[in-house]
Amino acid sequence: MDLISHLGLGLDTALTLTNLMYCLLGVFLGTAVGVLPGLGPTATIAMLLPATFTLPPISALIMLAGIYYGAQYGGSTTAILVNLPGESSSVVTAIDGYQMARKGHAGKALATAAIASFCAGTVATLLLALFAPPLADLALKFGPAEYFSLMVLGLVASVVLASGSLLNAIGMVILGLLLGLIGSDVNSGAARYTFDLPELADGINFVIVAMGMFGLGEIIRNLEHEETRSMAMKKVSGLMLNKNDFKRILAPIFRGTTLGAALGILPGGGAMLSSFAAYSIEKKISKNSGEFGKGAIEGVAAPEAANNAGAQTSFIPMLTLGIPSNPVMALMIGAMIIQGIQPGPSVMVDQPSLFWGLIVSMWIGNFFLIVLNLPMIGLWVRMIMVPYHHLFPAILMFCAIGVFSLNNSDFDVYLMGLFGLFGYICAKLDAEPAPMLLGFIIGPMMEEYLRRALLLSHSNPLVFFERPISATMLVMAILALAVVLLPSLRKKREEAFKED
Amino acid sequence: MPSFIRHPKDFWTGIIFLFVGLAAVIIGRNYVMGTAGKMGPAYFPTVLGGLLALIGVAAVIRSFFRDGEPIGRFAARETLLIISAVVLFGFLIRGAGMVVGVFAIVILSARASQKFKWRAAILLAAGLAGFSVLVFVKLLGLPIPVFGPWFGA
Repeated sequence: MDLISHLGLGLDTALTLTNLMYCLLGVFLGTAVGVLPGLGPTATIAMLLPATFTLPPISALIMLAGIYYGAQYGGSTTAILVNLPGESSSVVTAIDGYQMARKGHAGKALATAAIASFCAGTVATLLLALFAPPLADLALKFGPAEYFSLMVLGLVASVVLASGSLLNAIGMVILGLLLGLIGSDVNSGAARYTFDLPELADGINFVIVAMGMFGLGEIIRNLEHEETRSMAMKKVSGLMLNKNDFKRILAPIFRGTTLGAALGILPGGGAMLSSFAAYSIEKKISKNSGEFGKGAIEGVAAPEAANNAGAQTSFIPMLTLGIPSNPVMALMIGAMIIQGIQPGPSVMVDQPSLFWGLIVSMWIGNFFLIVLNLPMIGLWVRMIMVPYHHLFPAILMFCAIGVFSLNNSDFDVYLMGLFGLFGYICAKLDAEPAPMLLGFIIGPMMEEYLRRALLLSHSNPLVFFERPISATMLVMAILALAVVLLPSLRKKREEAFKED
Repeated sequence: MPSFIRHPKDFWTGIIFLFVGLAAVIIGRNYVMGTAGKMGPAYFPTVLGGLLALIGVAAVIRSFFRDGEPIGRFAARETLLIISAVVLFGFLIRGAGMVVGVFAIVILSARASQKFKWRAAILLAAGLAGFSVLVFVKLLGLPIPVFGPWFGA
């Protein structure tokens, strides 16, 4: 069977000592930085990206994937222990997880989160292995017109699922697209928007934008109102679940996984949306719905499964189509380009060992999470308590050294400062930085496909509607926008985002 | 803030979009436009810039009719300290080297916190400088001098 031989190939790649080590290192670093206050997965990955540039491509990607789900798990840990979700997708986990911790069941909540994540990760990895090949086969038939429409659809979907004003989110996407065009034009070699600065001739490195907007911007925002973290318990014990607990979490994990896997493929807030949806479904159908909000174990299991499944399946569009569905995937695409790999369906065909190795390593990484994190909980607890005023100068320093090391250029450091300022202004104006980062990464590709599509069609703009796949995607994009603009649904959308 | 602006956040977001969009269009006039079938370097950015400017105008107009929260306090002091710490690091790193650069960025940025204490900040900076020299310079071999040419090295 194809699937088995593919996974076998992946196992061969992922199980080499080097790659196992980088997977472990990634999961460890990701969790460690993820439990630290004030750093979400995007900032974590941006900060650790430069460290992977010298690695071979497969090791770099394995490590980055490990950092991603490590950071996710770290975020859940802080959500449960101190009621401060590190990222939006663990907001829901904090509701019941923290209540469990307050009742002395912190260990149980953490174990539930780990088990739910692992189960969801296993299922989602299988789904990824099953659905990636047919999707990539389909994508191999795509011409420039299809790609352009796909990118439009991806960007529209990310905007629709972003919180806040739709108009502003579209503006942020276009702003990102424009920033992505800075540098030499691929076709003519003309320098665009470089203000005659030689440092801008190659364009702006995406790490600079990500660290500035997500790293520095966040730091300033956190400093607005410094808070001290306090934790009710000093020691976490009782990690074991009993039979009754297992019975209670089994079905929620299954439902959460299904929901998360489906929503994770969607561009935009897949992980966040899925954990939120999973929680509200459980609350409605659970026998113990009265306990929700007061420490229901189902309220931890379902959203954790959903958010982890979503995190895994968000790799599907990234790996098969080369389209990022969230800022983290945008960073992964940037990392692939730096490694000399052009993301898209050809990755699977040209570099099967890299493709399948990465997929299998995700499952291994999820396994590491469970065996590594539960015993190490004492260390994480200590890291959670690191006071922020000691932490942020260190984060800033790591960002500055990381950005400087990209090209040994002090100009890049200044540019990061500028994006930090802009990131903070955006935060003040409720303008989401995530759509901007997606646009920034996609910008140059989108222009290239648009050019080629119109060149091939002899400048007939109708080409996007004449080709069936392309037309379908554009119609879907228009429908998605129309649906959000309908007054009744608009209200629902605003309500859905209000609860977090 | 004049009273006809009812949604200040949207208003200023719109102004930023309008400004960037117009800048993209105006600067783009220096480049070759081309045609849809044979796009020059100016084509795509001009279209995008125009769109962005339109969205900006829409956001500004909308802010006159829709109510929104005021923009919260702008943490000017914190922003200034953080950004200048980063800029100072960039300025120092080549000439003065890793140790001075780390001390500068850590201590200057730490002052942005209300809990700043000299002793703790210096200890933190010393620890991070030691770590950076060990990991980044010695272990990872980044081409950053421990002490730069400004010290006559």
